[in-house]
Amino acid sequence: MSECNLNTFETAWCPGCGNFNILDALKTALCDLKIEPHKVVVAAGIGQAAKTPQYINTNGFCGLHGRAVPPAAAIKIVNKDMTVIIDSGDGDTYGEGGNHFIHNIRRNIDIAHFVHNNQIYGLTKGQASPTTDVGHKTQVQPIGSVNIPMNPILLALSLGAGFVARAFSGDKEHLVSIMKEAIKYRGYAFLDILQPCVSFNKVNTFSWYNKRIYKLDENYDFSDKHKAIEKSMEWGDKIPIGIIYKKEFETYHDKVDFLKDDKALIDLENISSQSLKEYINEFI
Amino acid sequence: MDYNILIGGSAGQGMETLTFIIEKALKRMGFEIFTIRDYMSRVRGGHNFTQIRFGDTSFSSHRDEINGIIALNDETISLHIERLSDNGFIIADESAQYEHKGLKKLPLKSSAKKIGNVKVIGSVAIGSLFKLFNLNLSCVEKVIEELFSSDAASQNITALKEGNNLVDPIYNLNYSKKDDKILINGNDAIGLGVLAAGCKFYSAYPMTPSTSIMNYLASKMQEAKIVVEQAEDEIAAINMAIGASYAGVRAMTGTSGGGFALMVEALGLSGMQELPLVIAEIQRPGPVTGFPTRTEQSDLKFIISASHGEFPRMVIALKNPHDCFYQTVRAFNIADKYRIPVIIVGDQYLADSTCTVTPFDVTKVEINRYLNDDEYIKDKEYKTYELTKSGISPRIIPGKIKGTRVLVDSDEHDEFGKITESSEVRINMTNKRLNKLELLKEELIEPSYYGEEDAKVLILAWGSLDGPVKEAVNLLNNSSDRKYGAMVFGDVWPLPIKLLNEKAKNATTIVNVEQNATGQLASIIMEVTGIRCNSSILKYDGRPISGQEIFNKMMEVK
Repeated sequence: MSECNLNTFETAWCPGCGNFNILDALKTALCDLKIEPHKVVVAAGIGQAAKTPQYINTNGFCGLHGRAVPPAAAIKIVNKDMTVIIDSGDGDTYGEGGNHFIHNIRRNIDIAHFVHNNQIYGLTKGQASPTTDVGHKTQVQPIGSVNIPMNPILLALSLGAGFVARAFSGDKEHLVSIMKEAIKYRGYAFLDILQPCVSFNKVNTFSWYNKRIYKLDENYDFSDKHKAIEKSMEWGDKIPIGIIYKKEFETYHDKVDFLKDDKALIDLENISSQSLKEYINEFI
Repeated sequence: MDYNILIGGSAGQGMETLTFIIEKALKRMGFEIFTIRDYMSRVRGGHNFTQIRFGDTSFSSHRDEINGIIALNDETISLHIERLSDNGFIIADESAQYEHKGLKKLPLKSSAKKIGNVKVIGSVAIGSLFKLFNLNLSCVEKVIEELFSSDAASQNITALKEGNNLVDPIYNLNYSKKDDKILINGNDAIGLGVLAAGCKFYSAYPMTPSTSIMNYLASKMQEAKIVVEQAEDEIAAINMAIGASYAGVRAMTGTSGGGFALMVEALGLSGMQELPLVIAEIQRPGPVTGFPTRTEQSDLKFIISASHGEFPRMVIALKNPHDCFYQTVRAFNIADKYRIPVIIVGDQYLADSTCTVTPFDVTKVEINRYLNDDEYIKDKEYKTYELTKSGISPRIIPGKIKGTRVLVDSDEHDEFGKITESSEVRINMTNKRLNKLELLKEELIEPSYYGEEDAKVLILAWGSLDGPVKEAVNLLNNSSDRKYGAMVFGDVWPLPIKLLNEKAKNATTIVNVEQNATGQLASIIMEVTGIRCNSSILKYDGRPISGQEIFNKMMEVK
């Protein structure tokens, strides 16, 4: 551990923010797994959580709001030797980027997706996010949020995700262990991380979560999809954290012969002039 | 020798195959070809047609007057009869309810039925068509054999012979020349250019008329080892391509105007992150859905200014299939050299029209990636956005050099990629990025020039109007005492101005010919150079403009 230092520079987060623990957990997970920092890309969109790539000494892709997933997917397609991790918020992932979240589950590319879910928009100062509970009042939702909150766990399961988990930023040790499992998982690994927003979410606070959260223990069978779906609908007085569903299946790379069997795409030779000539001659 | 055959019917009648067989067979016999495709945005029904122009000299454009029609329904006759030349012929089924001196009512349907496959009706018509020109069928038979399974091929060949016996020749072409050309449309030529450039990642969302680029590349995906990813939307398509570029391969996306409208934020991302990207924008008439399957050049001003903020980009308008191949390769080289987005611009006319061209020369393809390896990094910390004299920062591939970190951002950033709000860094980074535009100006290709060197009447056009304008200028100089010249822009942003300034000085009349309603090229030229066009020929009905049509309209220009 002493040799593994992934720190960069001071963050722009609020004191007490859940992001600190998530960032620390990510650094610990990568160090524990002994992945060289230059072999890691952390990708993000826009938002407070999306500043994560700035604060970790790996490669970083800070893209557009809602668009963390498409570049991350492409990076992995191009270079399968890289560990690709997405760290972005609930607004970025479920709101602006909802379509990419949906369709990249279908792609099953071997990346880990960590969503810092604080149930609120932080960087734009406290509007409702797709996961904000009904009735939660904000400046823009003065009568309380009227929209049904998204259940990202159930959504991911319904789309066929092979690794679906939830963690809590307040329990770092547990978070690190789930992150490590997600990174090691062969395929798209989705981890929703509950995280209080100390500045703008006065409802879902540390104590609110601490009262409700419980860890799934060894008696829980995460390979049973029906049970997982049942578990995914638990919310309110009791909120389960841990791996809710896990099962490996063919990844995107497995289905494309030259991505599966060959070197990484980035290391493949260009087509020969002979092949090119043949392609041109097909128009004779 | 210059003949023009129209084939018309409704969608689903197999016209694309019929057209392909005829043009390919004629091409194999050594004829020069220029074929346009006019189709509706529907899968069945409606009215579609193609026009195959063929002869012994190469054509740069289609022609409006037609010498013959293959009418798969009566509507084809009524819609196009007025363009038929005086001694023109019409091949139609005997059931046609139409009277015309050139109409040959033939038992097309009953012949096909007799052969036992109604689908071979087109081959019966081809048999008759070739007999009318007194051309032998061997090349057609060969094409059919390549195209169909052996059973279907033999039925079609029987149909050919059946059709051949139905008519007597009216022309005697008796032509044979060595076939040394390829027959290709603009989008396939772009596809070949993409492969030649060593592009390994193409992500797109289907949109007519750009989809055929994706189709072509997908057909070569396994062999050429290029990932062709159909994205969930255009926003994903371009963001994926940018991610692939970051990871180090050559990457591209393609779309039409509506899809490009969705991509514009990410166009800026490529500019800001300084990640090379090639985008094909194959125009169709807008706004919004417009005419999905038709042609227009109305996205130029949008493309050169798309996305908020200021960043460098290059825009190359494609003129013909030859250009589509070589300019696509060049687009990748320029994108890599300057770390910028390069947009290649086509339109439906160029995308779908096939013509005979000299096979592309693979020895002329040069790939320059402008990538750095660990030698460059030795003893210093890598900076993604190192401030250099030129503004171009040395680029490395993430994951390849231990101890390096490649950090890219959409936020303003310092040399390391760290987000900043410093005014000094902001100014330096803006200047760094925009200086690339100045460097680009040094390697612009001046427009093509046709006609008299000391022209008094100067035509200005861009992109796919190259062919029609070239033909029009020849017609004009052959039939008038005025001296005509035409300048057709390929590189259009930044705008090359040397030749323009030189020729504009001598001209008394300057006419912009464009397929849009507002004269967008003229507007850009005015903005950049102050040169004003005196007259405009603008066509915006979604149909291509021919050399003859430009000629006619030019004759009205004072």
